[in-house]
Amino acid sequence: MSQHPVLTAEELAKIIHLIHQQYGYDFSNYARASLERRVLRCMQQAGLKTTYELKYSLINDKSFFDWFLQSLTVNVTEMFRDPIFYRDLREKVLPKLATYPVIKIWHAGCATGEEVFSMAILLAEAGLLERSRLYATDLNPANLEQARQGIIPLQQMKAYTDNYMQAGGKNAFSSYYTALYDHVIIRKEFRTNIVLAQHNLAVDQVFNEFQLICCRNVLIYFDRELQNRVFQLFHDSLSPLGYLAIGTKESIQTADVRTQFETISLPTRIYRRKQ
Amino acid sequence: MKATHDIGIVVIGGSAGSIPVITDVLQSLPKPFSGTVILVVHRSKNTPSELYKLFLNIDESLLVCEPNDKDPVRSGYVYLAPQNYHLLIESDETFSLDYSEPVHYSRPSIDVTFESVARVYTNRVTAILLSGANRDGADGLERILLTGGAGIIQEPATADYPAMPQAAAEQNPGVRILTPDQIKTYLQTILQPIEK
Ligand SMILES: C[S@@+](CC[C@H](N)C(=O)[O-])C[C@H]1O[C@@H](n2cnc3c(N)ncnc32)[C@H](O)[C@@H]1O
Repeated sequence: MSQHPVLTAEELAKIIHLIHQQYGYDFSNYARASLERRVLRCMQQAGLKTTYELKYSLINDKSFFDWFLQSLTVNVTEMFRDPIFYRDLREKVLPKLATYPVIKIWHAGCATGEEVFSMAILLAEAGLLERSRLYATDLNPANLEQARQGIIPLQQMKAYTDNYMQAGGKNAFSSYYTALYDHVIIRKEFRTNIVLAQHNLAVDQVFNEFQLICCRNVLIYFDRELQNRVFQLFHDSLSPLGYLAIGTKESIQTADVRTQFETISLPTRIYRRKQ
Repeated sequence: MKATHDIGIVVIGGSAGSIPVITDVLQSLPKPFSGTVILVVHRSKNTPSELYKLFLNIDESLLVCEPNDKDPVRSGYVYLAPQNYHLLIESDETFSLDYSEPVHYSRPSIDVTFESVARVYTNRVTAILLSGANRDGADGLERILLTGGAGIIQEPATADYPAMPQAAAEQNPGVRILTPDQIKTYLQTILQPIEK
């Protein structure tokens, strides 16, 4: 028989409040259904049976909170996820970016870096990497640390190679990394132009101006209000005619700034800021 | 719980061997119907899936779509869980997508959607588990039954891959065991035709 713990809306609200009060992370505008699953999953993994025990650990144990934060955010990612998205970038966006002397790109919610490495490879193949700056930000510091090391589990590489080829990649994918026992390291030259920093989309501000912003599979964790804030932030962080890419199942349609964007590709959710 | 319109929610989970049954079931639905059908079907991650088009082509008047994040759950629609995401429902009856770890090696996972639907729609849900080769869906069905919904499995002898309905039946003595034809008849009582 399976365990069926449930978390009431009130209990979840109390936990969100506690985390905000004590540690400053604000999850109050996160989509509740998935947040609830995450909290329950953390409790199961930590062997906590009641929310009372959970609150006790959160209040009294900073290292527990660090672990909790890490498991609360969904850190799953892939290289060249949605190959047709990368194909569209290559064909529809990079030729326009090539006209800028310096290309600045922001990966918001970069997780452990797989998406940024994919972008660096794409730029390198288009001869643009040298003059590109890739800003990769995330809420979760542990993710950033892993991204800094450029390490990817070996068992993923077959799937990533398939994705790369479907995305129209022509080179030997293995030329982009060094394989060790059970993991690979993305080669240094594809990581030197990446700047990693902590940035919280729920509270932090504009920090630069970009020609392309990629924020994929992050907005699904936010409610509409927070999504709206984040779309505004992206609008304000893009140069006129800059590009915005979101996840293939995410929608800009409810955002106030939707009229400020034109659609470049609907299936792969690539938009362009108007003048 | 807030009071909502009183339509039936049917959530169907399928894996290997389930597509012909789903096609058959969708074909037999009244069109248009009152109620909502949510399909969770295991499929490969990154190869573009044609499943949606397959279901779309069953009948022009059948409204099939893959929901976007935050889309409202509407009556009269057949929703197909998108590839490579878990499909959840929020308490305001909108869809919510999640890209977290696979469950039973599956994303979308049937357990995840069943549990989420049970939470929001409680006793208005009918959950149906079809052919498949793993044990996804068994925990989810348990939750559906616990919150007062109805649970049905495809009779394992009629399934190309009986392991999945079998596992759910063993875990949940309260499920009904129906053949595909009986499932079709049963659904016609829940998803009522609307006069045009
Ligand atoms: C599912 S991953 C997406 C990774 C990648 N973009 C992709 O699509 O493969 C979601 C990421 O969003 C980050 N995240 C969640 N809330 C955030 C916030 N408020 N600000 C910045 N990043 C956040 C998480 O830490 C996690 O790394």
